[in-house]
Amino acid sequence: MTTNLTEELIEFINRWKDKPGNLIMVLHRVQEHFGFIPRATAFEVANLLDVPIAKIYGVITFYHLFKLQKPGRHQISVCMGTACYLLEAEDLLLELERRLGIGVNCTTDDGEFSIEAVRCIGCCGLAPVMTIDGEVYANVKKSQLPKILAKVKKMVKTA
Amino acid sequence: MKYNEKSLGKAFTSNKFDSSRTTILVGMGTCGVAAGAKTTFDDFKTQLGSLGILEKIDLKGTGCLGLCYSEPTVEIREPGKDPVIYGNVKTREVEKIVNEHLVQNTPVESLTFPYPGKDCFQDKKDSDLQYRIVTRNCGFIDPDSLDEYIGRQGYAGLSKAIFSMTPDDVINELKDAGIRGRGGAGFPTGIKWSFSKDTDSDQKYIVCNADEGDPGAYMDRSVLEGDPHSVLEAMAIAGYTVGANQGYIYIRAEYPLAIERLNRAIDHAKEVGLLGEGILGSDFSFDIELRLGAGAFVCGEETALLASIEGKRGMPVPRPPFPAVKGLWGKPTVINNVETYSNIPMIVLKGGSWYSSIGTEGSKGTKVFAVTGKVKQSGLIEVPMGTSLRDIVFNICGGIKGDKTFKAAQTGGPSGGCIVPQFLDTPIDYESLKNIGSMMGSGGMIIMDEDDCMVDVTKFYLEFTVDESCGKCAPCRIGGRTCYNILEKVSKGTATKKDIQSLKDIGKAMSRASLCGLGQTAPNPFMSTLKYFEEEYLAHIEDKVCPAGKCKEMITFTITEDCSGCIACSKFCPVDAISGEKKGQHSIDQDRCIKCGRCVEVCKKDAVLRA
Repeated sequence: MTTNLTEELIEFINRWKDKPGNLIMVLHRVQEHFGFIPRATAFEVANLLDVPIAKIYGVITFYHLFKLQKPGRHQISVCMGTACYLLEAEDLLLELERRLGIGVNCTTDDGEFSIEAVRCIGCCGLAPVMTIDGEVYANVKKSQLPKILAKVKKMVKTA
Repeated sequence: MKYNEKSLGKAFTSNKFDSSRTTILVGMGTCGVAAGAKTTFDDFKTQLGSLGILEKIDLKGTGCLGLCYSEPTVEIREPGKDPVIYGNVKTREVEKIVNEHLVQNTPVESLTFPYPGKDCFQDKKDSDLQYRIVTRNCGFIDPDSLDEYIGRQGYAGLSKAIFSMTPDDVINELKDAGIRGRGGAGFPTGIKWSFSKDTDSDQKYIVCNADEGDPGAYMDRSVLEGDPHSVLEAMAIAGYTVGANQGYIYIRAEYPLAIERLNRAIDHAKEVGLLGEGILGSDFSFDIELRLGAGAFVCGEETALLASIEGKRGMPVPRPPFPAVKGLWGKPTVINNVETYSNIPMIVLKGGSWYSSIGTEGSKGTKVFAVTGKVKQSGLIEVPMGTSLRDIVFNICGGIKGDKTFKAAQTGGPSGGCIVPQFLDTPIDYESLKNIGSMMGSGGMIIMDEDDCMVDVTKFYLEFTVDESCGKCAPCRIGGRTCYNILEKVSKGTATKKDIQSLKDIGKAMSRASLCGLGQTAPNPFMSTLKYFEEEYLAHIEDKVCPAGKCKEMITFTITEDCSGCIACSKFCPVDAISGEKKGQHSIDQDRCIKCGRCVEVCKKDAVLRA
């Protein structure tokens, strides 16, 4: 079987292999590498850690953070914590959906953007907030979205 | 070099904050960075450099002072003067501060903000509203510098515990202090530790719950980002007390900066013998590892958290046995949250009676609140237990945005309830909050004004708990969903009065029969809002009106005679619900309208009414 795992990933898994409770840490590492957890990789992890694939699937689907589908190159996460919700974060989400023409947890056809709604990211004092590829945008107004998206798109072109 | 008891003692003095030099502290927590603190920091560096005074000034990045509303914040400390805090410091302000404050020696009054409060190394006056024990180092030290932490009596508590106290002494000190768990339930920490200590086992564990799941609370993030060593020190003290040599910090993967700083702090502490084998030359060893959460609110429940550390789905199990007796991998495990731990070193160092002198009869010490929502100055505050809500909202946080009317404060997140205006003067502690139908929770405090609809907010919380329910027990899984459906009916105007009674009945059943805290407390938001805002529910049900104008199904958009016929609205309407001739009166087809509000935004004549 050809492997999806890089040497570095295999080394990481071997390092954690004998530690109790390693599965979630390994899945985090895999997701960090691929952006999601590919099916074939899940099988390989099952082999390497010697745990049933059913257990891995159980864990992946239990936790919100683990993804089974490949996300867009740029991940937009709109915070839907209480403070952000009260300050109209839902409107931001709707506006993003409208502008990108996709729903929450979907990816644009060109694979550039995906949108998700996330639980509190702990920046309630700057609500409403959203992150794009981990960078936090504070006090976001609906009217700023075109500019923010354009900036990210521009980075796509130059990159 | 590894520290021992003696060399650490010397380091307390030699590492002390050098008050003979001018210091600039830039808040670089997640909030600060999001607001542009990195640029602010670099701007100071360039400006000071070009003036040739960078050498004379200590420029440091620190954690967060809690003044989230004014990020990026900068503090300037000069020898012999009171510290000055500047808020909203961007490039232009940096230039002004450097030129006026640092060069001409006149602080820029227009940019200053009040100092948030004394820390526990200073004496507290009665007039001080805030007092910082948990956040004593946040915004003051460089979180990546172990030396600076030591200079603030860091690891002095651990050293004192190991070399001059028995485990029983530590527990007695905690019992004297009267500290209770800050995660929400408020279980006395000393008693929890003594359960673990008194259980015989070859292996015990110390766990820190840093899975801050309550949407709207972020004090744990702030402490971990601003003062990671305080948590490590406290866990080591716990290890010494109960006889454990391994600790785990279970932290949300959503907090990358906190994870990075914790990892660095653990490495540093190990290098100098403050963690690891033979701490400070004694025969006590203690190691700490991180375990990442993966976005499951239920993992804040301790048995679910342990399952998650074990690499499983985070499902709770019935208690007893409590984790203190039978926890991680079946071994006795002490679990406390970040805020609780952060108190411990100071209690050990300054004594339980010092700590118990702060606070109320049943709730000792201070509490950190994340005050957000509709207040003017949102942020983190740390106040003695027993402070009134009025002091918090109006005296510390500056009152309600736009001077609107205060409607309610929601505490305890999805597990809590709300505090209404009639209780503004109730001293806030564990018992009083319970008595008025809310709870302390982890310290999220969301302030709401007249524009917020209680049905809408309650629905928001229920949606959260329904989504986060692990599904193991029926009362939570089915009860939660049913209640959510009812609330949705209320917000759409299709509910009947009978539904209100159903909500109350199901809520009671859920709180009695659910397996863990998540299900037991999930009804709190609607139980509490039904108690204080029943007329608002009835307005939705009987009059089909949302008094706050939030519930979308009940809003109608109409176009008034001010319409100039510019066709902007009909162009932007995503569902073509607006018709009308150019330069003529437009109208909205109510059956088609999806209430997105685009027409209101694009209308230049303010001719679209939202009611």
